[in-house]
Amino acid sequence: MSPPVAPPAWSRWLVPPAALSVHLSIGQAYAWSVFKPPLESSLNLSGTQSALPFQLAIVMLGLSAAFGGTLVERNGPRWAMTVALVCFSSGFLISALGAETKQFWLIVLGYGFVGGIGLGIGYISPVSTLIKWFPDRPGMATGIAIMGFGGGALIASPWSAQMLKSFGSDNTGIAQSFLVLGLSYAVFMTLGVLLVRVPRTEGPKGEDKDEAKDAANAPSVLSGVQVSANSAVRTPQFWCLWVVLCMNVTAGIGILEKAAPMITDFFADTSTPVTVSAAAGFVALLSAANMAGRIGWSSTSDLIGRKNIYRVYLGVGAVMYALIALFGDSSKPLFILCALVILSFYGGGFATVPAYLKDLFGTYQVGAIHGRLLTAWSLAGVLGPLIVNWIADHQKDAGKHGASLYNTSFIIMIGLLVIGFVANELVRPVNARHHIPAPREAADVERQQSESA
Amino acid sequence: MSNDSSQSPPDRRPLIAFAWLWVGAPLVYGLYELVLKAKQLFTG
Repeated sequence: MSPPVAPPAWSRWLVPPAALSVHLSIGQAYAWSVFKPPLESSLNLSGTQSALPFQLAIVMLGLSAAFGGTLVERNGPRWAMTVALVCFSSGFLISALGAETKQFWLIVLGYGFVGGIGLGIGYISPVSTLIKWFPDRPGMATGIAIMGFGGGALIASPWSAQMLKSFGSDNTGIAQSFLVLGLSYAVFMTLGVLLVRVPRTEGPKGEDKDEAKDAANAPSVLSGVQVSANSAVRTPQFWCLWVVLCMNVTAGIGILEKAAPMITDFFADTSTPVTVSAAAGFVALLSAANMAGRIGWSSTSDLIGRKNIYRVYLGVGAVMYALIALFGDSSKPLFILCALVILSFYGGGFATVPAYLKDLFGTYQVGAIHGRLLTAWSLAGVLGPLIVNWIADHQKDAGKHGASLYNTSFIIMIGLLVIGFVANELVRPVNARHHIPAPREAADVERQQSESA
Repeated sequence: MSNDSSQSPPDRRPLIAFAWLWVGAPLVYGLYELVLKAKQLFTG
């Protein structure tokens, strides 16, 4: 399949909703926990077992984004969105069959393996295209899409809970919910498949004033430094950014993973303890901060620069952790504020990284490079919860309680953020020996467009 | 020369509005549910 080239006067404002239709769908992954209790009771599973489909899905997200990135670049965003749609939706349909027949392995295979491939390919599918359409505001453009990934759970979580209430929480009710989700997401993602276009090399020509203004800003597809994905992974810049992303995500997950028990433990011995429902409200507020950070901080990076915004994420993030560790248990508003800021930086870090990659490596294979960088997320996804849970368990065994369960974790998080800060400082422009010669880029784009004509 | 002006490009604004509504409506629903839940932090 050739990349779908935009006809003349195609508006670039049609591309973000195309991206959002995919990211809002695959963001459902973060709402998996809604299905855990009913699965455990109806299929007689342990908590560890019921988490397996989600864990495999996240592993497959990292693997398919890393290894499928070059294919996505070669075949274009429509191919990638189609693959994401087919895998993600059929993952639900296979899981529905698994739930109905009480075959848990089918749910692991469907949601975890097949659906996970859809997550990875879907996650990177619009990134490169958005950056090419919005060379003047790449942070904002990728921020919109990646905000969708955060927003997906906000939609799927109450919707799935409502379906389980209507269909029942037994295996048949779960199967029906999976079926509805699979079919609905297939329809919803179709918009992205139909709308997405890659820009013409000469840029769109707007007829009216707005379009003309857009066109003036819009795509000069391959200008500046261009580095292939294979060359990029051999540069120190890629690995510095890998460390930056890994440290930033680890620090965010450190809070996100245990947010509800953390706020409860912090204020357990005070005159105003936190109730279970208030803790749930805190988790919801963190989700909002995560989402707002994705669009807000990423758009800000277009104004102040990518390196500066990561200085803020990592430097101010470390200060926020220090404030929680020192004064968090004495002031609830301070604890909440610091946690919200950290989570907004967590989201911002995810959303800004494609634009940072574009600044360093150009747009030539930015989607594939982004896919490879997401392996940092996979490691951080294991590292963050591991640090916080392991330390909290050991402190509890040692007879400690309250805020002291988490203080060691916070000090480790500060150390990790400092490592990330140093890695960001080490980022320099890529050496010219890694650049792709200009005629080759032009020839590649010409070939893609003539194939699609 | 003259056929350029007779072939004006289609107006994309209805399609843009539809596409943003398509993704915006479920997002607003999700945000509404989020606000309801987040309120528990102050009331619960």
